[in-house]
Amino acid sequence: MSALSALQSDQKVVFHARDLRKVYDMGEVQVHALRGIDLDLFAGELVVMLGASGSGKSTLLNILGGLDRATAGHVEYLGKDLTTADDRSLTEYRRHHVGFVFQFYNLIPSLTALENVSIVTEIANNPMRPQEALALVGLADRMDHFPSQLSGGQQQRVAIARAIAKRPQVLLCDEPTGALDSATGIVVLEALDRVNRELGTTTAVITHNADIAQMAHRVIHLSDGHISEVHVNDQRKRPEELSW
Amino acid sequence: MISSLTLKMLRDLWGMKGQAFAIAMVLAGGVATFVMSRSVFESLTLTQTTFYRDYQFADAFVSLKRAPESMRTRLAEIPGVQTVETRVMAQASVQVLGYEQPVTAIIVSQPDHGQPILNQLHVKAGELASPAAGNEIVISEAFASAHGLKPGDSLLATINGRQRRLRIVGVAITPEFIYQLQPGAIIPDFKAFGVFWMARTPLAAAYDMEGAFNNAVFRLDAAAKEPDVVKAIDLLLARYGSVGAHGRYYQTSHRYLTEEFKGLNQMAIMFPVIFLSVAAFLLNVVVSRLIATQREQVAILKAFGYTTGAIVWHYVSLILMITALGAAMGIAAGASLGSAMSSVYMDYYRFPYMLFHVSPSIALTASAICSVAAVSGVFYSVYAAARLPPAEAMQPAPPARYHVSFAERMGLGRLLSQPSRMIIRNLERRPVKSMLSVIGVAFACAVLVTGQFFGDSADYLVDLQFRVSQRDDMTITFIEPASRAAMHSVLAMRGVNYVEPFRNVPADFRFEHRHFRTSIQGLTPNGNMHRLLTRSIKQVDTPPDGILLTDHLAGMLGIGVGDLLTVEVLEGSRPVRQVPVVGVVNEWIGVYGYMQLPALNRMMREGSAITGVYLTADSDAQSQIFRDLKEIPRVAGSTLRLQALRNFYDTMAQQMLFFAFFNTILAGSIAFGVIYNSARIALSERSRELASLRVLGYTRGEISFILLGELAVLTLAGIPLGFVIGRSLGALMLMGFQTELYRFPLIIQHSTYAFAATVVLVSALLSGWIVRRKLDHLDLVAVLKTKE
Repeated sequence: MSALSALQSDQKVVFHARDLRKVYDMGEVQVHALRGIDLDLFAGELVVMLGASGSGKSTLLNILGGLDRATAGHVEYLGKDLTTADDRSLTEYRRHHVGFVFQFYNLIPSLTALENVSIVTEIANNPMRPQEALALVGLADRMDHFPSQLSGGQQQRVAIARAIAKRPQVLLCDEPTGALDSATGIVVLEALDRVNRELGTTTAVITHNADIAQMAHRVIHLSDGHISEVHVNDQRKRPEELSW
Repeated sequence: MISSLTLKMLRDLWGMKGQAFAIAMVLAGGVATFVMSRSVFESLTLTQTTFYRDYQFADAFVSLKRAPESMRTRLAEIPGVQTVETRVMAQASVQVLGYEQPVTAIIVSQPDHGQPILNQLHVKAGELASPAAGNEIVISEAFASAHGLKPGDSLLATINGRQRRLRIVGVAITPEFIYQLQPGAIIPDFKAFGVFWMARTPLAAAYDMEGAFNNAVFRLDAAAKEPDVVKAIDLLLARYGSVGAHGRYYQTSHRYLTEEFKGLNQMAIMFPVIFLSVAAFLLNVVVSRLIATQREQVAILKAFGYTTGAIVWHYVSLILMITALGAAMGIAAGASLGSAMSSVYMDYYRFPYMLFHVSPSIALTASAICSVAAVSGVFYSVYAAARLPPAEAMQPAPPARYHVSFAERMGLGRLLSQPSRMIIRNLERRPVKSMLSVIGVAFACAVLVTGQFFGDSADYLVDLQFRVSQRDDMTITFIEPASRAAMHSVLAMRGVNYVEPFRNVPADFRFEHRHFRTSIQGLTPNGNMHRLLTRSIKQVDTPPDGILLTDHLAGMLGIGVGDLLTVEVLEGSRPVRQVPVVGVVNEWIGVYGYMQLPALNRMMREGSAITGVYLTADSDAQSQIFRDLKEIPRVAGSTLRLQALRNFYDTMAQQMLFFAFFNTILAGSIAFGVIYNSARIALSERSRELASLRVLGYTRGEISFILLGELAVLTLAGIPLGFVIGRSLGALMLMGFQTELYRFPLIIQHSTYAFAATVVLVSALLSGWIVRRKLDHLDLVAVLKTKE
């Protein structure tokens, strides 16, 4: 039995999605972003979703994170149906269960690193101290810097600290290294890996960079709104072993 | 501990301090106008009421020929009369050393022992007159300061044909003569007319009124019915030559004051309502756009799990901070401008004090209006952003759908450069936004027009009244109706070229249940000195029969051509006559009825009586004419047309124009605030696009052209629309601003339009310059690093 199957049999299903579809109405054209996705994500696993631009991976992540709604099909989070949840429950869900990391960090420019983390811990139930979260991503000495005073990699690590500070069950990362050079990207990935290992946070990372997939428990390939392939890494690489 | 969201709010506020200040300025402009106008008006009214109360202003008044003092008891017995005070009032012609024009005065008796019970004197200098010396007088403050007279000085006065030297012992004011108007005049001339007070005994002796009175004033019970009391007084005094008792409404000073306050009140409502609504509208537009630029941040907060309510409150509190700043600035500015304006009014009306205050309700109302306007702007925009699923909001808005512009489809495309096409397409792509910007500029321009056009209206009115309608050099009025011989003696004076007689009959006009006290002017047939005009400035002659009414008067009475007007004459035997209305004439000052002089004489069943003459004279003969007039005892007064014109301007300048001046300043700040904000928001909306163009090799000048060109197009489109809106607002304002004293025609000179356009353009240039400087410092690298 592989390491992963052991993990899966031990762990409960966090996300359970069936026949998930999403159509964007762009006025003059309809874009089918998801064309029927069946997917389970397990507690504690680190999944990389690979796909080209337009494959639907961001859409999937947004639906899992309660940032967007599916057009059809359904998705459950720990048994709770997200497809039919109203805006208030989705807000609650995001507030207490999900951490997000975005490609362009999306820090609030008028707040310092510490404050950017506090803005989340202030509304969470059982958060860690913002300082702690920043220390976890190696930024203990940059807490009072504003986003404009931080490098891209540092900003992204603040974003990760912000995402994990609430101790979310799931961490959803949309191209977290997309805007970074490879050396900086690896530092960011190390932070993600560490959070996954030390806190046991279910982590989904979407990327179009196949090299990153080597650090995942499981790799899900998306193309044209479908899952085209799933494979399990028997030998995971550590982030510092990656290069691109 | 301060929450991160609050911290963000404070930092955002600091980050947009320039814009926040400009928004606050727009608000402050609106609030200041409101606070200034309302508080000045309230303070004036309060001061008037308090002055009336403190100095026992009478409730009813009557003038008569002569009645024995014993009638006093009879008057006091009238039900509803609480206090009655009889007086002697005398007309006098006065000579002030060093002033050659004729001066007249009304001398009012004051009890020998000092203060009257009613219409008490507020002594500003010196003391009350005592009867002992026999020639002591107190003079009105306006007259004193016009001539620089003070206690200790003396005057020569002709009372009842006898000249006497009067010694000034005091300077005073009273609620009875706040507005000091020479009989027959409609605009005060403080040099030509004064009010004096003299102890009763010496005045009665000089005026042959011992043991008698020719004037009485009354204080009524709170429960008394004024018309009943007036009727009872009339009944008692009719045989003593009473011209009819009346309440405060027809008391000259009170009436003019009331009319002026009515006018001020209109301004104090219309200006601030217009300004505040414009400010509120602009604020709403500006705030909506401002919040729209924060769409991404709204989405992030939502993604973190902040509720829509929390996010809305975040922005609401941001805007409330700005609103609070604007309101505070506005209230402070309004209060200090109001205080300044109040002291001008205090000087002008010569109140003994000015109870200036800004009532909290005024300040609160203004702040509330602004807050609601601002918050509704935020609410809508934040709600719109928060309603989107966060994933969508965080996506850059999908590439906007552009079309080939209309101008290009018309085949003009070849003539346009690529940047010009961008400008046009951008304007066409968001027609609502473009329209709102144009409306914003238009309103800014419109408030400037509204703040400024009063001067134009006044100039036009003056030109019509004092140059087209009134053609005489001088008007002379007699104390009593006289024969035509009086006219000939005036004509005989050296330097007088031409005279035209007139007859003035005070009368109460009645139609159906409405009535109004004014007078009938009898004019010479085919006369040339006082031209009556239609609204289209065509001259109309007085008809051989019937009466012409000023259009405003006809409106007040609800009477039309062909109706029979009932005229109750208020002099002599007080006959009541019916006269057909044969036409209306347009006059902007005063309200009168006009008849042909022979017709009026017929109606009065008198010979060819006249009460005055209009004359033209050689300009170098004026001094001689004044000297000669002083020899004619029947002359009650004379007004010089040019002097009247000056007086009108003085009156106007101090009030309406003063008001308008402040409003223009406030309008200017509104205009600048709006345009600056539009420019700044346009910059933040498009900085990324413009930076990308810079990266592609466009020069600073070229990208500035794209942004500022759009601003220029919007500004230029807004200006003419602003003219139209300004004109409509002006018309709206004048509609409410019609008093018996003056009405204002809607006249807006090109110079006013030009002024408004200039302020708008200067604001636009200044804003453009600031934005241009920001464009020069666009951080190209940062733009490339962040997502589009």
